Amino acid sequence: MSERRIKGLLKEKGVLVSDGAWGTFIHEKGLRSDECPESWNLERPDDIYEVALSYVNAGADMILTNSFGGSPFKLKPYGLEDKTYLINKAAAEISRKAAADKVIVLGSVGPTGKILMMGEVTEEELFNGFSEQIRGLADGGADAILIETMSDPQEATTAIRAAKSVTDKEVICTFTFNLTPAGEYRTMMGTSPAETVEMLISEGADAIGANCGNGAAGMIEIVSEIRKINSDIPVLVHANAGMPELVDGKSVFPETPGEMSSQVGQLIAAGTNMVGGCCGTTPEHIRQIASAVRAKK
Amino acid sequence: MSEEELLQHLSVCVEKGKADRATPTPPELKDQDGAKEITGQLIGMDVAPDKILNDALIPGMKRIGDLYGQGKAFVPHLLLAARAMNESVTLLKPYFESGAVERKGTFIIGTVQGDLHDIGKNLVKAIVEGSGWEVIDLGTDVTADGFINAIGEHPDAAIGLSALITTTMVNMEKIVSSIREKYPDKKILIGGAPVTQEYCDKIGADFFSLYPQEAAEYLNSLKS
Repeated sequence: MSERRIKGLLKEKGVLVSDGAWGTFIHEKGLRSDECPESWNLERPDDIYEVALSYVNAGADMILTNSFGGSPFKLKPYGLEDKTYLINKAAAEISRKAAADKVIVLGSVGPTGKILMMGEVTEEELFNGFSEQIRGLADGGADAILIETMSDPQEATTAIRAAKSVTDKEVICTFTFNLTPAGEYRTMMGTSPAETVEMLISEGADAIGANCGNGAAGMIEIVSEIRKINSDIPVLVHANAGMPELVDGKSVFPETPGEMSSQVGQLIAAGTNMVGGCCGTTPEHIRQIASAVRAKK
Repeated sequence: MSEEELLQHLSVCVEKGKADRATPTPPELKDQDGAKEITGQLIGMDVAPDKILNDALIPGMKRIGDLYGQGKAFVPHLLLAARAMNESVTLLKPYFESGAVERKGTFIIGTVQGDLHDIGKNLVKAIVEGSGWEVIDLGTDVTADGFINAIGEHPDAAIGLSALITTTMVNMEKIVSSIREKYPDKKILIGGAPVTQEYCDKIGADFFSLYPQEAAEYLNSLKS
């Protein structure tokens, strides 16, 4: 099997299609709100495989792994921190099986929920925890590591360093920005899109970007801000299907596949190289995004 | 410094998160006394503890809470301010306990069952505490019974429910109705990223806001 590298595939294809939401999908399959989503990698791998396969079949060039909350810090409340390596390895193996040889597997690494500056965790503990998680993802067959939904620069850079210490696979790091009442995009820790660019590149990130917190419209503005600082670094966007609304007592993400895919042209024009979805997106969203991306060529 | 100047300086220390002399930030206050030392001085000068609370801690926390609501301050600023305030509150604790300082009321807060996220809850806790309330923090993954037992211990308390995930937000509805069964008039505040005013109305909670400072102001309005 030849090595799958994002940069090479980007040269070949121009723009890559990533996948959509996992969490909501797994809840629909019966995950209880008090259950650890990542425990299903060991206990219900067939259900996780179905999610992964649905995105391969939708036409994604890259799919994620069910390991967003797979750091030992997130697994600990479920008593699973001792299985960090195994759970993450299984996550990557499941997505690898679905991706086979044709699709890139991005090992997902989410935030720990621990705040470094308040001393809830030390940088060394974070580094060691991320290293263990990422070693599992790499050994399970992930092609690259996606550090996502970050808001604290120190946590993000620690995760990148951890990834670089255990694997030579490519590392992508995306932040979550919200529009503030002052009309600017900032993470909850106060970091702007522009501020993330040099910081992540100097830490060795191979690609950067944004996920969650915004629909496609907000992402177009965020990518434009990133592109003002750097025109070369590959940029990945995982947009929500709009912002959640309440329908019949359930929170629903309102943007249809058609509405989302109609904004793909603008996302690419703003400088996005990899387009996928976050909360509220489905295989059908990805199918239509894939059509829109391929129609651009 | 005069008493007035010290109180003013303490409120700045709280707002800027200058917990004690050793706290390195903000740069303009480096190597100066922080909230801990100034509170000690004020107590040593026999300044009334409720004056320290009302004229320094509360206005300092209100300023940073307002800036957060305007998108001009962020989570780290609130957390640092809360840490500075806690240095003061620790020194004032004996006066709270003896009844020499009366707080505005009691607020019970927790993240709802199934949800382990606590950053938002902690921000609201800090701002409400900094607004002069006693806050009972039940932590995360709190069941309806957890809230009801806490109300049993603090019958006059108002309640705050937090959730970050759309799938755990639904547990707010169950918890609100369980509380209402036993305590129909209990004031219940809800908050968290997926929560909306519409959801608040639907489940019969009393108050929702995106911003912690507004929760504090709502609670204060109950007492005025």
